[in-house]
Amino acid sequence: MGRAMRLNKFGSGLISVLALAASIGMAEAKSDIIVAMQLEPPHLDPTGAAAGAIDSVLYSNVFEGLTRFGPDGSVNPGLAESWTISDDGKTYTFKLHEGVTFHDGSDMTAEDVKFSLDRARADDSANAQKALFAGIENVEVVDPQTVAVTLKEANSSFLFNLAWGDAVIVAPETVADIKTNPVGTGAFKFSDWVQGDRIDLERNPDYWGTPAKLDNVTFKFISDPTAAFAAVMAEDVNAFVGFPAPENLPQFEADPRFQVLVGSTEGETILAMNNKLPPLDNVKVREAIAHAIDRQAIIDGAMFGYGTPIGTHFAPHNPDYVDLTGSSQYDPELSKKLLAEAGFPDGFETTLKLPPPSYARRGGEIIASQLRAIGIETEITNLEWAQWLEQVFRGKDYGLTIVSHTEPMDIGIYARPDYYFQYGTPEFQKLFAAITSENDPEKRSALLKEAQEMIAADYVNAYLFQLAFPTVADARIKGLWKNQPTQATDLTAVSWEE
Amino acid sequence: MLQYFLKRLLSLGLSLVAASIVIFLALEVVPGDPAAYMLGINAQEDTLNALREQLGLNGTILQRYLSWAGGLLVGDFGTSYTYRIPVAELIGERLWVSLPLALYALTLSTMIAFPAGIWAASRRGSYVDTGVMGVTQLGVAIPNFWFAMLMVLVFAINLRWFSAGGFPGWDEGVLAGLKALTLPAVALALPQASILTRVMRSSLLDTLGEDFIRSARAKGLTRGQAMWRHALRNALIPVLTIMGLQFSFLLAGAIIIENVFYLPGLGRLVFQAISSRDLIVVESVVMLLVFAVILVNFSVDLAYALVDPRLRGRR
Repeated sequence: MGRAMRLNKFGSGLISVLALAASIGMAEAKSDIIVAMQLEPPHLDPTGAAAGAIDSVLYSNVFEGLTRFGPDGSVNPGLAESWTISDDGKTYTFKLHEGVTFHDGSDMTAEDVKFSLDRARADDSANAQKALFAGIENVEVVDPQTVAVTLKEANSSFLFNLAWGDAVIVAPETVADIKTNPVGTGAFKFSDWVQGDRIDLERNPDYWGTPAKLDNVTFKFISDPTAAFAAVMAEDVNAFVGFPAPENLPQFEADPRFQVLVGSTEGETILAMNNKLPPLDNVKVREAIAHAIDRQAIIDGAMFGYGTPIGTHFAPHNPDYVDLTGSSQYDPELSKKLLAEAGFPDGFETTLKLPPPSYARRGGEIIASQLRAIGIETEITNLEWAQWLEQVFRGKDYGLTIVSHTEPMDIGIYARPDYYFQYGTPEFQKLFAAITSENDPEKRSALLKEAQEMIAADYVNAYLFQLAFPTVADARIKGLWKNQPTQATDLTAVSWEE
Repeated sequence: MLQYFLKRLLSLGLSLVAASIVIFLALEVVPGDPAAYMLGINAQEDTLNALREQLGLNGTILQRYLSWAGGLLVGDFGTSYTYRIPVAELIGERLWVSLPLALYALTLSTMIAFPAGIWAASRRGSYVDTGVMGVTQLGVAIPNFWFAMLMVLVFAINLRWFSAGGFPGWDEGVLAGLKALTLPAVALALPQASILTRVMRSSLLDTLGEDFIRSARAKGLTRGQAMWRHALRNALIPVLTIMGLQFSFLLAGAIIIENVFYLPGLGRLVFQAISSRDLIVVESVVMLLVFAVILVNFSVDLAYALVDPRLRGRR
């Protein structure tokens, strides 16, 4: 057995040497890629966990939804080639692409769409974004290529919601094993997972759309920033998406072997405040905190200059964004005055609870010193994510915390009074309901701007910066996504320069 | 003898039960809900409940303990909350990295420490001795992760002799596997070898001062002959004890080195499992390590009894 295997290995080695010799004759075209990222997916079901790492590996590569995000964040047709919306905005009729098959060879039909959407909104669903599907009244199979979705109320974000990784189409026959053996419709097929080390994908030769240019894709998981630097420098990996050590980026930029892409994300990084906890329930106090913060100092000090200042909870690259940084400009004297007006001339003490990412840990130290300058003393506690979720997010046992909200278009969280920063005023709820039911793009845009202004004027949180997304890659790789409109590493258009 | 054996066996069983209770309760009080961790900040209450139900987190403490401990008895370690594959399979895969790495590092450290320790002891007070003592002092003091990074810089980034980390798997061949483990093994072996060298040297010097060595010298053996024939064997006992301790440390304690070289080993598995609150993995791995230590102690107890008849009647 052992000998046979070794002979086999020798044989295949010989073949690959011959293949190599043959390929030297032709123009050399690399068709494999090793992509590294920091976090490993816990499992491979994008519809069953919040972990962004699952989408970073599988979104658009292995799994597809009815709609999909483009690299600029636009919502494009996916498995649905077209759709019609009824006049009341409640019924969406999707026409599916012909000839789409799952990786196991079975056809993707309207039945699979109905199954996927019903599964996501079922009582026993473990979908982390179940709220996206809450407005669905009924999913009906019209014919094998047509499916009609009826909503309880008109929802202008519905097509957007269907583009999320949590809304991808899965097949009932294969869903039982999806966590270890994902079967989708995408341009790549899942081939192997060595837990703790790598995930391998291979090209899907039967893909319904434009086929992928790469034959094989390997995702590697390297969490340590120093190890990440070494792996790229030693060219052990061809690309590192979400490179964790921004301090090393200038070095890569200066090296002709590499290209550095610094893109935008949907991650609004905020200093969240507990709006129900005195004295933070006083808007003057929150305004004082907002003016005490020097955003550029945080971006330079904690993020090595990478990040775009924001003045509200909205992504700057979005066409509807309003720049409101002026309403909370850095002005410590104004802060002291506001604190005195609020009845705290000598400041006060509060807690600052920090989750693990470096934006929070490094940013927290800087913010603590900026707040100290206006008399607010903070007691810093470093938390693991599980503790943060329990104490801060669910327990609301905190004064201040720093976190990046990476979900796309998530201003709706300000309409939830039970959300961890406990805002959710009736005025904002009303406004957000109007946004959701508004189907006219221009009116919707105006309402979205109004929403951004409302939360900025109420100083719900202190808005710091939009998280940047650095990618370091071999200079010869083309077609990588620069921005992160959703957490994804879409490799369907990636190729090596010839 | 049989009575002694049965007593030791009973004590082994009781230790395991006690350990399982302590491990389970310790992780019970760790704050953080595995379901909340997995579903993130947009999760709804009913979704969290559905997931807790799937993971079997909704029972009482006693129910959950009994189902876990009962599984262990029949060799079922449970299913990982996050990876959703059997924990035994996860541990098995990781052992294929951790065990060879520990053996590799131990071999290296022994190969360095034995000659160096003997050399230093045989030239006590000379420049050689001072040199070895100085270098080992440095070896004990240098943090192994720093040394690891230095080696990556030199051998992976500049010279390109090794890759900067990762493990290709034994499918790629034994040589490829060993090559991937070389830098981590050297990084792990350096402090171990330094400690072992010092233990070897001082143990040998102690033994060389014993009466039976003087008798051997009096019979006409040279210093070298006395050392090789009589002192070395006796000096090995403390050295072997240290080596045993080092091995169990290497098996479970290589977390930092595994992170520097992103190796999929046992230490990193536990580390990740703790932060993602994959409690069943943590419980089962810790239990396995406890079992290994208790089993080693049990065998040592039996070996003592075989060697020393006085022990059989006692306890």
